[in-house]
Amino acid sequence: MSLTALLVDGLTVRFGSFRAIDDLSLAIDYGEVRAVIGPNGAGKTTLLDVISGITRPKQGRILFNGALDLTQTSEAAIARAGLRRKFQKPSVFEGLTVRQHIAIGADVGFRPRLDTPALDDRIGEVLETVGLTGQSTRLAGELSHGQKQWLEIGMVIASDPSVLMLDEPVAGLTDEETGRTAKLVRALVRPDRAIIVVEHDMDFVERIADRVTVLHEGRTLFEGSMDRVRADAAVVDVYLGR
Amino acid sequence: MIRLGRIGPIVHLTALILMVALALPALSGTPLEISRYLANAIGQLAAFAVLAISLDLIWGYLGILSLGHGLFFALGGYVMAMYLLKHSFVVTGTVPDFLQFMGWKDFPFYWAGFDFFPYALAVATAVTLLISGIFGYVSFRSRVGGVYFAIITQALVYVAMLLMFRNDTGFGGNNGMTGFSVLFGWQMGTSSMITALAVASLVVLALVLLLCRQLVRSRFGALMLATRDDETRLRTLGYETLRLKLLVWCLSALIAMVAGMLYVPQVGIINPRVLSPELSLEIAVWVAIGGRGHLVGAVIGALLVNAVKFWLSSAAPEIWPFILSGLIVLVVLVFPNGLMDLAKFRLTRPMGPKRMAEEMEEARP
Repeated sequence: MSLTALLVDGLTVRFGSFRAIDDLSLAIDYGEVRAVIGPNGAGKTTLLDVISGITRPKQGRILFNGALDLTQTSEAAIARAGLRRKFQKPSVFEGLTVRQHIAIGADVGFRPRLDTPALDDRIGEVLETVGLTGQSTRLAGELSHGQKQWLEIGMVIASDPSVLMLDEPVAGLTDEETGRTAKLVRALVRPDRAIIVVEHDMDFVERIADRVTVLHEGRTLFEGSMDRVRADAAVVDVYLGR
Repeated sequence: MIRLGRIGPIVHLTALILMVALALPALSGTPLEISRYLANAIGQLAAFAVLAISLDLIWGYLGILSLGHGLFFALGGYVMAMYLLKHSFVVTGTVPDFLQFMGWKDFPFYWAGFDFFPYALAVATAVTLLISGIFGYVSFRSRVGGVYFAIITQALVYVAMLLMFRNDTGFGGNNGMTGFSVLFGWQMGTSSMITALAVASLVVLALVLLLCRQLVRSRFGALMLATRDDETRLRTLGYETLRLKLLVWCLSALIAMVAGMLYVPQVGIINPRVLSPELSLEIAVWVAIGGRGHLVGAVIGALLVNAVKFWLSSAAPEIWPFILSGLIVLVVLVFPNGLMDLAKFRLTRPMGPKRMAEEMEEARP
């Protein structure tokens, strides 16, 4: 079974005369980890921006579960529908503690809806998953770069999202931290969740991705397994080199 | 990173403020009695501290700088003045100067009911909420922020000043309104009235401090800080930051309005100069000097800057702008978080090898 989580249909995004995304169509299924790779300016982050409602396309639509058109939905409503995204630059709230981050991610609303024990349990689970259990009372501004990356992942998985977008989750991490992050991403795979990862680190992509989409100049250049991506002459030519 | 005790400073400061509020009437008639001038100054300082808190709430905790908060302060002040004049007229029959000046026989129709304080308070609240609500909604909806928002608020207060300088609006024009003789049926200008107003200002300051402390320590307060630190991040977690910003903005405007209502009976006059962009800028300076994002900092900043200003305005008024500019430069260059930066020196703990190692650990990228 592979139900489609996201259907990108004829999407075009223009910044002035530049086409960041050019009539792009692709489908992402539940249960898979999809890596989106490609050279700088290929439209990877722009694609995530459109899915999360930050950028509005010129043309086309993105259907979530075949029904909700994300190009017509506000950022907050998209997030509440179950699509969460980790940004490229670790985006955390410097003035809040680690615990507060997870609480904000887990329980959306100005007033808390989960009761305290339920929220505590959830926070404990998430901190365990991302390996920040010992850091819960520290301020995010005091964390290392790698810890900030994991904190942001913790914040976005706290609500059990059905679509998880990770924009360069291992940028700037050490090899050891990259290895931990790869394990973490694989541990997040579930049949009712689609995970989209934008990344430049090909070894990392190989470890986590079920399928790979190669973007080039706003279009799909290739789609398939990492082995086939590495073997494809066009991909090697524009991106992987040699 | 500064981590002040969770219960500490705000509660201590509130207790101190309430002690002063108790001491003022308790000392009257004794040899330790505080002079009328000093009691009046304390009352005015308390009103300014309330005004500083209102700005700190949106600037320090939400990251929205308003350079037009004088608008809401003036709004409270003008409505209070209207109440005082109308009430004084009803009780003593004194015709306000500005009516005589304009050659008007009677108050304009929109002054009806202003001798009844609850009505005046309701009007002030409604107009404040209307202006702040519409202005905030339009700005935040269009995602106007940062310097653009600051400039627009500055323009707003300037427009209001030009409007109030007109003599035909029925709000006193360029001379403003003065000559208040009665408040709540009591004679104004007496020692007991001055003390009562100062006590009222101190009590309101304490209440506003405690209210804002509750707010910023709540989950809602955490969301305010999250909005300040990364609004897009919070929005893409499912939060409608527009509503959050609008709520805090309107609350801040209301607090500034209350400050204006406390201020006017104590200075005995209101005129359009309260709406000058300089005053609104000065509020931001108080908060910056005291420390943005700390309620205690805002209060200390307002008290400190204004105390120096009170003193200099009699001693050497011409050097005040230089002192103020010097303070701003000092804050920007040396203490970006205002006087609250001093707390991070942790004066009780000298820099030994252990602490040095800790700080290196903390500073590790």
